[in-house]
Amino acid sequence: MDEVRNLLALYRRLIEARLRAQLQYRTSFALEISGTVLISFIDFVAILVIFANVQQLAQWTLPEVALLYAISGLAFAFTDLAIGHLDDFPGLIRDGNFDLLLIRPRGTLFQLLTADFQVRRLGKVLGALAVLAYALANLSIDWDLGRVAMLVVIVPVGVVIFASIWVTTICIAFWSVGAREASNAFTYGGQFLSQFPINVYDQWLRRFLAYIFPIAFVAYFPALFILGKPDPIGLPDWLRFASPLVAVAAAIVASAVWRFGVRHYQSAGG
Amino acid sequence: MLASLRTDLEIARRGYLRYAAYPAATAAGAFTNIIFGLMRGSVLLALFAERERIGAYDAAATIAYVWLTQGLLNVVALWGWQELALRVRTGDIATDLIRPIHPMRTALATDYGRAAYQLIFRGIPPVAVGVLAFHAVLPADPLVWLAFVASLGLAVAVSFGFRLLYNLAAFWTTDTRGTMILALVVMSVFSGFVIPIQFFPPWLAAIANATPFPAMVQTPVDIFVGVTRGPAILVALAGQLGWAAGMLLKSYWVFALGTRRLVVQGG
Repeated sequence: MDEVRNLLALYRRLIEARLRAQLQYRTSFALEISGTVLISFIDFVAILVIFANVQQLAQWTLPEVALLYAISGLAFAFTDLAIGHLDDFPGLIRDGNFDLLLIRPRGTLFQLLTADFQVRRLGKVLGALAVLAYALANLSIDWDLGRVAMLVVIVPVGVVIFASIWVTTICIAFWSVGAREASNAFTYGGQFLSQFPINVYDQWLRRFLAYIFPIAFVAYFPALFILGKPDPIGLPDWLRFASPLVAVAAAIVASAVWRFGVRHYQSAGG
Repeated sequence: MLASLRTDLEIARRGYLRYAAYPAATAAGAFTNIIFGLMRGSVLLALFAERERIGAYDAAATIAYVWLTQGLLNVVALWGWQELALRVRTGDIATDLIRPIHPMRTALATDYGRAAYQLIFRGIPPVAVGVLAFHAVLPADPLVWLAFVASLGLAVAVSFGFRLLYNLAAFWTTDTRGTMILALVVMSVFSGFVIPIQFFPPWLAAIANATPFPAMVQTPVDIFVGVTRGPAILVALAGQLGWAAGMLLKSYWVFALGTRRLVVQGG
C-alpha cells in the first residue's frame, strides 16, 4: 500500500513539472489546444456529412452514432493525454536510451508513462464532451441508475482498454523499428473503429479488430445498453456488461507482454 | 538548362533515398494505411445500402476512392511537414540562403523525390489490396492513367506550396506547431481526403471548391475513379496548374518577405 502511495505522489510531482514547462508559452499553448479541439472534430465532420446524405447508417441514427463517437472520443482523449507519448518509445529503443530506465529504481513502464504529459491533448476531451452534449440533447434516453452508472463507468474502462492496446502493440519496438507505425493501426485505428457501429464492418474484420483487439467493448456494447437498442447483429445481451472484465483481461495481457518484451530487450550497446 | 535540370533530378534522388532508409517503418506504415482503408471502406459502403449513388459516386467509385486516398495520403503529405520551419527556427536557413540554389527549389525537388518514394511504397500496397480483395476498378484507358499521373504531379506541387506557406510562418512566430495543426485540419477536410467532396452538402462543397485543397487530393482521385472524364479532365488539370502556380508564387513572395526580416543570432 505504501508503495502505491509513493508511486502516486511521485506521479503527481512529475506531471506538475511537465505542466509548468508547457504553460511557459501561453500563445502557442492556446493555439495548440484550439487546434487539437478541431482535430477531434475531423471525424465528426465526416459523420455529419454522411448523415446529410442518409437518414440511417447500418440502422443507427445520427444522435446514436454521436453517442458512440463521444464515448470512444472521451476514452481515447484521456488515454492519449496520459500515455500518448508511448509513441516515442520506439525512438528510445532505437537510440539505446532505454538502458537509462533499466538502471533507475522504479518500474520501466511507470517511468515511461510519467515521461511526458501533453496538456494540449485536453483539447480532444473538450471536443468529445461537445459531441456528448449534442448526442444527449438529441436522444430520448430512458435514464435510470444503471444507465447513468454505465455512462460514468465506461469512460475509465475504455481508457484501460485503449491503454492496454497501446502498451501491447508498442512492444513491437522490442523486435522491430516499424513499431510506431504498426501500433498506430491499432491505437488510432481502434479509436476510428469504435466511432462507428461495429455492424458496418464485415464479420472477419469484426472478429479481428473488435473482439481480439477488444475495441467493440469501448463504446459499441455499452452504447447498446444505454440506448436500450437491440443489437443489429444479434449478439447476446450479457456482452453489454462485459467491458470492465474485458478491460481487466486486456490490462493483464498488456503487462505480461511488456514484461516479456523487457526480458528480451538487448541493448544497442555502448 | 539541361545541367540545371540534372541538379534538380539529383536533389530529388537524394530526397527519395532519405525516405528509403527505413524500409521496416515504411512497411508498417503501409500496413496502417491498409487497416484504415478496411475501416473507411466499410463505413462509406454502408451508405450505399441506403441509396444508389451520391453525386457522381456509386459504390464502385467509392471503393476505388477509399483505397486510392489511403495510398495518396503520404504522397501529398497530408499529415504535415515542418522541415523548413525547423530550419528557420534553428537558424540553419542561413546556410541554405548562401547556397547557389534557391532554398525553395531545393525543397521542391526534395519533395518530389519524397513523393515518388511514397507513391511506390505507400501508394501501391493499399491500392493493390483494394484491387485484389475488394475488386476496386483501375482505369482501363491509358490516357486516363496519363492524366492521373499529370494530375498527381500537380497535386504534389499545390500541397508543397501550401505546406511551405505554413512553414514560412516560422519567420514571424517562434512556434509553428499551432499554425500547422490548424492547417492540417482544414487540409484534410477540404481536400476531400476524409470524405469525397461530392458527399458534402452543396454550400460546403462550394466553400471547398473555392479553395486550393481539392486540387491536392480530390482532383486526381476523381480522374482515377472516372468521375471526371473526357474534356472535363483538361479543365481539371488547368485548374490544378493555376493553383500550383498561384501557391508557389505566393510562397515565393512570402519567402522573400521573410528573409528580409530574418535575423540569425551568433555564428
